[in-house]
Amino acid sequence: MALLSGGEALIRALHDEGVELIFGYPGGAALHIYDAIFTQDKVDHILVRHEQAATHAADGYARATGKPGVVLVTSGPGATNAITGIATAFMDSIPMIVISGQVTRDAIGSDAFQETDMIGVSRPIVKHSFMVQNAQDIPEIVKKAFYIATTGRPGPVVIDIPKDVTDPNVKFEYSYPESVKIRSYSPPTKGHSGQIKKAVDILLSAKRPIIYSGGGVVIGGGSELLTALAHKLGCPVTNTLMGLGAFPGTDKQFVGMLGMHGTYEANMAMHESDVILAVGARFDDRVTNTDISKFCPDATILHIDIDPAAISKTVTAHVPIVGPVIPVLKEMLDLVEAGKNKIDREAQKVWWERIEQWRARKCLEVKPAEGEVIKPQQVIQALYEVTKGDAYVTSDVGQHQMFAAQHYLFDKPRRWINSGGLGTMGFGLPAAMGVQLAFPEATVACVTGEGSIQMNIQELATCTQCALPIKIVNLNNQSLGMVRQWQDMQYGGRHSHSTYADSLPDFVKLAEAYGHVGIRIEKLSELKSKMAEAFAIKDRLVFLDIAVDPTEHVYPMAVRGGAMSEMYLSKTERT
Amino acid sequence: MRRIISILMENQPGALSRVVGLFSQRNYNIHSLTVAPTDDETLSRLTLTTDGDDRKIEQIVKHLNKLVDVAKLVDLTEGSHIERELMLVKVKATGAQRAEVKRVADIFRGDVVDITPTMYTIQLTGTSEKLDGFLAALAGTPILEVVRSGVSGIARGEKVLSL
Repeated sequence: MALLSGGEALIRALHDEGVELIFGYPGGAALHIYDAIFTQDKVDHILVRHEQAATHAADGYARATGKPGVVLVTSGPGATNAITGIATAFMDSIPMIVISGQVTRDAIGSDAFQETDMIGVSRPIVKHSFMVQNAQDIPEIVKKAFYIATTGRPGPVVIDIPKDVTDPNVKFEYSYPESVKIRSYSPPTKGHSGQIKKAVDILLSAKRPIIYSGGGVVIGGGSELLTALAHKLGCPVTNTLMGLGAFPGTDKQFVGMLGMHGTYEANMAMHESDVILAVGARFDDRVTNTDISKFCPDATILHIDIDPAAISKTVTAHVPIVGPVIPVLKEMLDLVEAGKNKIDREAQKVWWERIEQWRARKCLEVKPAEGEVIKPQQVIQALYEVTKGDAYVTSDVGQHQMFAAQHYLFDKPRRWINSGGLGTMGFGLPAAMGVQLAFPEATVACVTGEGSIQMNIQELATCTQCALPIKIVNLNNQSLGMVRQWQDMQYGGRHSHSTYADSLPDFVKLAEAYGHVGIRIEKLSELKSKMAEAFAIKDRLVFLDIAVDPTEHVYPMAVRGGAMSEMYLSKTERT
Repeated sequence: MRRIISILMENQPGALSRVVGLFSQRNYNIHSLTVAPTDDETLSRLTLTTDGDDRKIEQIVKHLNKLVDVAKLVDLTEGSHIERELMLVKVKATGAQRAEVKRVADIFRGDVVDITPTMYTIQLTGTSEKLDGFLAALAGTPILEVVRSGVSGIARGEKVLSL
């Protein structure tokens, strides 16, 4: 057993937990911990330029690898700057550990310099949190924090550590617990067999079934099983924004993303289905729309989720199944295999004919603009071709995010990394840093807009320091595109504070100022060649600033308060 | 519908704030709340009253169960149960009213636990409904102060909420 200080024990515990990389920013209350980082070489630290970026980078790392992301910030502003990133991770159930420095124990509550009640401020957006009262508790708290963050429905856990607890002069005998048990916390380990059987019986006798799968399938590692189950059933599959890649985007059973900007065929198939198998999806309002009473009127709903609170929260499940996706899908797969003769192939044929009719409408087809004007969708299509559909794609939030979700066909899970639940602008670039650090050899593209990228633009410096060859694909429409779209559609075209064309930076020069490569693309005829040129540069960050048609809208778009079958398909067409 | 939810949770700093925070965060109501350590001092028993339809209560119960500090909970109103609330009432008691107040307190099996020449402090236990009834029966008597503990409850019969 080693004699360690609280700061040393913390870093040692992270190493013992298997952590290789943490993202952070130093400050007064965290300095003892930073000194402990300096004197070892097992846990690497990435210095970001803003604490929000530390959380997003850790988040991107977690989404791409499946391992928890770890963040270290100081007290007060360091902690509060991390809040947006914690909320982002919480909404999308991403495992994350956020360690925040705190003022010394005797100063807590005295409005000391850089004091914030981090436990209190973060309470609604964490899965759990710990305030460390004694250095000796650090190993056990770290163990518990990782256990909670990574099991059940994952989520962020905050560990708030007063500065004096990490005092280098106070040492204790360190040992890391092998396992930990929390009597009041026991996430489910399997589904209820009776319920699973019931669900399979309903699925096998369905005439118009559809699988609606979400982020839970990605997080739970259930992609292969889900794909196998879907192939066995032969039914259409739609993924949520968070679930893209859980079922291959190029599979012929895939009908596209569903919801507000989902495909015509996915939304129609949902609306007309008689059985919906929802897996790791939470029927959120971007899928169901606001009037639940109009949601999929004929469907019997089978809902698998690890979180019982996600079941029947908005849409009532007829057969709820609480459990992790892998054992539940495994059990289902066996039962479907045994009963596959019961599947009504005739009904299925009729169902597919109907779906093909919807598909034939080609709702995502891009109508080229006049002359050399680039449509934003064409950028994503070019990205897809240049990267051969095999890149890690992070995104920010807005029109570009939807275009990427619609037009980049993800065949693998953990490749599409975006802030789905919270919708955090500024997520894309730091998330891409996390992904690139996890997979140094991989192609990592950050699809963004000139609005979002400016929310964490300072991270270009981190990319310089760490030599991260991220490719930033900036869909520059000189406006907050999604805001503008809503203003066009619902506010008589009054673009209240959504444009700033006269004050945009020269992104090429900006990239160069940080030591990167900047490329501006303005002509459609140059789009693919310049993009290929950018992706051919393997060792540098390239900022592709692409001028796109500022008048373009994202379609399909759900009609507010309507059923899933009610969509705008273009500026002039409505279902 | 009014519900009584009884929670067994870790007697840890912050546990109570997580429970209370959940209610405000998700726009649920808390009508009353009472909490104290149990015979096992690592555990606290928290009883709260809330209202909502079955759907809302189901969500409240599920979200409470998700809190790491919450070990077990029960919706007491689902079965037969005993509920008690303690109330202390300070009322003006002078002249003819003095005897009347005492008489009403007796009817409700209340105890006068403190007196001055001009007032009584009455202690009363029972269901919330009974305490409401007592306050109604005091109509006309100036009430100076009311303190209620909030509802505590326990299931009838052999059902036990324990680890």
